[in-house]
Amino acid sequence: MNDLTWIEAAITAARPRAMGALLRYFRDLDTAEEAFQDACLRALRAWAEQGPPRDPASWLIMVGRNAALDSVRKASRNTVLSDEKAVSDLEDAEQALAERLDDSDYRSDVLRLMFICCHPDLPPVHQVALALRIISGLSVKQIARAFLVGERAMEQRITRAKARVAQADVRFETPTPVERAERLGAVAAMIYLVFNEGYSAADDPSGARVQLCDEAIRLGRLLLGMWNAEPEIMGLLALMLLQHARSPARTDAQGGVVLLADQDRSSWNRDMIAEGLVLIDKAMRHRRPGPYQLQAAIVAIHARAERAEDTDWRAICALYEALERHQPSPVVTLNRAVALAKSGDTAGALALTEGLTGPLSGYFYLHGVRGWLLREQGRTAEARAAFIRAISLAHTAAEAAHIRAQLDSLTSAPSTTE
Amino acid sequence: MLYALLCYNHEETVCAWSKEEDDAVMAKLGVVHERLENAGKLGPALRLMPTTAATTLVKASEPPVVLDGPYVETKDALLGFYVIECADLEEALGVAQELAKANPGGAYEVRPVRLFLPGSLLR
Repeated sequence: MNDLTWIEAAITAARPRAMGALLRYFRDLDTAEEAFQDACLRALRAWAEQGPPRDPASWLIMVGRNAALDSVRKASRNTVLSDEKAVSDLEDAEQALAERLDDSDYRSDVLRLMFICCHPDLPPVHQVALALRIISGLSVKQIARAFLVGERAMEQRITRAKARVAQADVRFETPTPVERAERLGAVAAMIYLVFNEGYSAADDPSGARVQLCDEAIRLGRLLLGMWNAEPEIMGLLALMLLQHARSPARTDAQGGVVLLADQDRSSWNRDMIAEGLVLIDKAMRHRRPGPYQLQAAIVAIHARAERAEDTDWRAICALYEALERHQPSPVVTLNRAVALAKSGDTAGALALTEGLTGPLSGYFYLHGVRGWLLREQGRTAEARAAFIRAISLAHTAAEAAHIRAQLDSLTSAPSTTE
Repeated sequence: MLYALLCYNHEETVCAWSKEEDDAVMAKLGVVHERLENAGKLGPALRLMPTTAATTLVKASEPPVVLDGPYVETKDALLGFYVIECADLEEALGVAQELAKANPGGAYEVRPVRLFLPGSLLR
């Protein structure tokens, strides 16, 4: 690894802390970003010459702050801008700052920085784009590629999102425990949104979307490193790791979807699974289950099954029941129905989906699942209708092709009702 | 004489490496490992999971308490370590508790191992 790669990784790693502190200092996102950019340019030169500092984040905060103040002075007095040697010769000052900025300051700063990207007025995809720009420091070009939109469109989207959060009244004082919990919850949800933007991508020729999964995992680790006794943050990180571990097996050579039951489990990422399982063990010690922990526990049961037929569907059923209590939603009920059917109770599963045809009438998976359950019950005509409805709601060609295959199997299979 | 080399680095920076960058470092290390192993000089080597996967049994208190995260008391020095095989974290913490009874004070940080190279050292 060359120096530049190391410097870039160090800057990426330091970014949330440095941006968080600069935002607290200047109370303005654009000024903080400019100060940070300025510090990064100086870091590229100074660190290459002098080697990286012991604490890259406080170096960037100090230099960024001085540079921004310098440019204000320069603008007002027309004095000469000091060169980076002068601004960056700050071992002592850096040390002092690092001591003043202890872990709890950093935690509040990073949490605030992440929280402003979760503004409730921003549509989820805008939250994700803003977070990737502000927290992760991805370029507009990289974000645009991940969202399959043009660079100009993404630039405008991010500018509008920034303007929106600039009007928001975010408190800069140390948050109260209640506020802190609210912020953590919102930030966890935003990180999971970033993950899902990457994970739900059906086709990803450039690999730009898979990068979002890695980035979400990195942010989850950062958050857990700072709030290390929060079981739901452990659950969030475990959930992302365990899901992402399956990525190599989720698509075939033609880009088609490979269902969980058909995946080549030997290609699952064992490192990620092991880390996810450890985090679930850690979270369970707290005996404070929550939606992320329960979802992670469900994925963990799949991860532990060496073959699809080894899956403990009864345990999954029980976890979905618990999840329904914590976070009632028709989609969770649908998943419980699938688990129920897989554990042998097709009739019970079908009955469970009856109540979902209203709230999920436009949901692809509901009709796909109902088609399967109806077919299992020998109700071929209704199964066909459900599959046809599913095809009309498919988002991708691969989804439609998958259901069409089900439909074809229906036509060739002997029918009991026709 | 046996020497233990303890590996330190800025964790968040290492976590910010892309998979390709991480693989490249591991490949370069692999070359050194192979040479040492062939020379019969390499004992067990480990790559640990991130500190977010760590749990710490603080045995300076009575009874010992289990805390999430790594051991951060910088006044204490690393005096030794064990590698144990356990089914899950509970079992590992159980072993740590047992050791704590024999040797109170300080802490055991329980950190899962990501990569285990057994090495070729025979003694």
